[in-house]
Amino acid sequence: MIAFILRRLIQSVVVMLAVALIAFTMFRFIGDPVNSMLPENATVQDRQKLRDRLGLNETVSVQFARFVSGAVQGEFGISYRNKRPVSDMIAERLPATLELVFAAAIFSLLLGVPMGIYTALHPKGIISNFLNVASLIGISVPTFVTGILLILVFSVWLNWLPSFGRGDTVQIGWWSTGFLTLSGIKSLVLPAVMLGLFQVTLIMRLVRAEMMEVLRSDFIRFARARGLTNRAVHFGHALGNTLMPVITIVGLQLGSMIAFAIITETVFQWPGMGLLFIQAVTFADIPVMSAYLVLVALVFVVINMIVDLLYFAIDPRLSAQS
Amino acid sequence: MTSPTEPVLSVRDLSIVFDTRHGPLRAVDGITFDLAKGEILGMVGESGAGKSLTGTAITGLLERPGRIDRGEIHFEGQRIDTLSAEEMRRLRGRKIGAIFQDPLTSLNPLMTVGQQLIQTIRTHLRLSPSAARRRAIEFLAEVGIPAPDTRVDQYPHEFSGGMRQRVVIALALCAEPSLVIADEPTTALDVSIQAQILDLLKKICREHGAAVILVTHDMGVIAETADRVAVMYAGNVVEIGPVAKVVGDPHHPYAQGLMQSIPRVGSEVRRLTQIEGAMPRLTDMPGGCAFHPRCPRATAECRATRPVTLPVEGGEVACHLYQGEPA
Amino acid sequence: MALDAHPKPRLKAFVQSDLFYSFRTSYVTVAATLVALFIIAAAFLAPWIAPHNPFDVSTLSLWDSELPPAWAEDGDPRFLLGTDNQGRDVLSAILYGSRISLAVGFVSVALAMAIGIVVGLISGYFGGAIDAFFMRIADVMLSFPTILVALLVSGIVRGILPREMHDNAALVVLVFAITITTWVQYARTVRSSTMVERSREYVYAAQLVGRRPFAILFSHILPNVMGPVLVIATINLAMAILIEATLSFLGVGMPPTNPSLGTLIRVGNEYLFSGIWWVVIFPSLTLVTLVLAVNLLGDWLRDALNPKLR
Repeated sequence: MIAFILRRLIQSVVVMLAVALIAFTMFRFIGDPVNSMLPENATVQDRQKLRDRLGLNETVSVQFARFVSGAVQGEFGISYRNKRPVSDMIAERLPATLELVFAAAIFSLLLGVPMGIYTALHPKGIISNFLNVASLIGISVPTFVTGILLILVFSVWLNWLPSFGRGDTVQIGWWSTGFLTLSGIKSLVLPAVMLGLFQVTLIMRLVRAEMMEVLRSDFIRFARARGLTNRAVHFGHALGNTLMPVITIVGLQLGSMIAFAIITETVFQWPGMGLLFIQAVTFADIPVMSAYLVLVALVFVVINMIVDLLYFAIDPRLSAQS
Repeated sequence: MTSPTEPVLSVRDLSIVFDTRHGPLRAVDGITFDLAKGEILGMVGESGAGKSLTGTAITGLLERPGRIDRGEIHFEGQRIDTLSAEEMRRLRGRKIGAIFQDPLTSLNPLMTVGQQLIQTIRTHLRLSPSAARRRAIEFLAEVGIPAPDTRVDQYPHEFSGGMRQRVVIALALCAEPSLVIADEPTTALDVSIQAQILDLLKKICREHGAAVILVTHDMGVIAETADRVAVMYAGNVVEIGPVAKVVGDPHHPYAQGLMQSIPRVGSEVRRLTQIEGAMPRLTDMPGGCAFHPRCPRATAECRATRPVTLPVEGGEVACHLYQGEPA
Repeated sequence: MALDAHPKPRLKAFVQSDLFYSFRTSYVTVAATLVALFIIAAAFLAPWIAPHNPFDVSTLSLWDSELPPAWAEDGDPRFLLGTDNQGRDVLSAILYGSRISLAVGFVSVALAMAIGIVVGLISGYFGGAIDAFFMRIADVMLSFPTILVALLVSGIVRGILPREMHDNAALVVLVFAITITTWVQYARTVRSSTMVERSREYVYAAQLVGRRPFAILFSHILPNVMGPVLVIATINLAMAILIEATLSFLGVGMPPTNPSLGTLIRVGNEYLFSGIWWVVIFPSLTLVTLVLAVNLLGDWLRDALNPKLR
């Protein structure tokens, strides 16, 4: 068990270093940081001073080392566009994205898993057919169209929920939360639904496929042959075996939700990391882009580790090997 | 309850079809046999002959597109092929047990062996959890699992293949059924373990008074374990009788071909005998007797009409060659 | 297994096969295919069948701007689906936009498929260090969501190119970004199929006879792995179209001067609150219909080719 954790930790560090390398390469070699940050009429001395300050005259390996040590401390340099430290900008926006992703994840699980189980157990019913069709349409509709439709119905026509911004937030240390105010929660609803809706169809189809696969397996047949009740077969035997692979995929989906948050934040003007990233891409603001890359990679790696550990804890076959 | 002389299972003209876009395909074509209490009946035949399907139909687990087309199945004096799903479920495990081929995939990998046993026991018998657990441990001991009180809390992957099949046997018998359908129970096991498992199966069924239908393609298994044997070909029972008779002096040409193709230990042969051709696919069933294209003694009547089941000494055979013979 | 004395001619075999039967009896799939084909044909013929050219500034007139669809009160029969704020015909814009969307979709799927197949074949056949190398890359790429990588690639290229070239190169950048992120799926599937096929006797026989590896790969193994590849390709086509639309919607895809459906939706979104709904709804409908049709086709194909369900 310990060996497994150690191995995964080392793997994670390696992956992070690789990502850091890519981020650093982007950071250092794409575009000209000096030109992007200084006004047109800057003198040669100004440029030289900036080059020194940014450490651009050192060797590449030293620069990489500085980059990594800076990254570990959360230092990512200065944004080309805003001229502010990137770490400040990230700290401001990170809570917004994380709260959004969290809310969306809960929403999609609460909706997707039961629907998936239902459609697996009643494959020919009317409700199942309807849900299947709806889910197929769900993955065909681009997320931003869903967002636009949500805004159209709930903001423009019904005027129930706001369509941009976070509402009022409460500051706890460096974290600003929208969960504690009514307007904060109201602002969270539409974006969370939009972000989560795509996942709902995914989760539903996944649970359905997995469960139908499990229901076809030999031990289910044997369980039925022993005369176990449908409830025991479906929820005792089948569900456990279904949820295991589902957990891995849902965990990984958390990561992709952070990416899809970019779209949600654009549609709703939600002041999170995603919006920051998109603005950075449009303006080729490399420091922000590379910081985002490193951060997202970190989140992915951490989530992967947690999912692996979870698997380990749950599957008796794996823990027996330790 | 059945009287001692009444058969525990009675199958009459059972016919199973598959509904496909080519029309209904007949996989089992009107088979009839009885099973006495405590008897071990072997069902032997090639893959696709319909033996597993028969077992599946008896347990009521036949799924679309397969369905019972005609015929009747009587169990302990009661007709069961027309029962509702819930009634059938109550029969399964409690009265009719089943054992499948692959012990690894037959057990839920996420539940301990004990949990699976206790669940089966408590589904059918009103026992408290502790009483059920005691019974589970007793059964594990009975099937020969060493240190049953510790192993009852272990997971299936912690058992070897042979041990797992013992657990499967325990699971099939823990609710005390009077009929067990064993579908290729030893095919997935090492040869060295096969004999042990067969012995166990025979012993435990005798002790609990359960009749067994032993489905296999392996004649050796039948010869070792069964009392009577039914030879199946293309959905028909072509011969049925006591094991010694059918193996030693078979009547039906197919059964004869089967026995001849088994090389005898110690004899020198240059070529192995085989039966020419292959069993027909469901879509290409020949008219008349299904075996006639491959039969060395086929006559015009064989090509034209299906043979009727005729009595021969100790058993029955479905072959035109035996018409007019004394039983 | 019975041997056929005379194998049927291939077209007849296909028409009588289970695959085609499953196809023509599934009304949904047939309808989906027809719809998809219709949209593709219409988009392809856009320069010829579009009633107006929305990009020829000389044909535009501000008097025609912001007209609702022809069936509405102030509608003009010349502009069936209405016009935008510059007087551009929405229907024509959709036709041309579909063209771009489909072009990006098809080209990136074709390229990704080509790259993925080659990498998968090589990786699966030769194994060893080559395999490890490619699969490492694949693992890393697969662990990041496609949209993110596409955005990143797009951003990097934009950082490299001078600002003036952004608009003109947008198409190429999009295709490049989508191809880079999607080739991995093909590679993985082809690799595992190749590894299965490689140990089969017919490959061994070909090796004994002395055929060179690439000949074996392409003439023997490739036909056997195409099934799953086609399924992935259809699903990826839908995904490619969606990614392109998303990138354009976010502002880093096709520019408004040469818009795809995604760009149209973005532009139209800005007028949503002023009640000009047709500029955003019709492109959205087209996009959804197209992707839905392709997804249905992919779903059917996957079920039809799944050996476990047969």
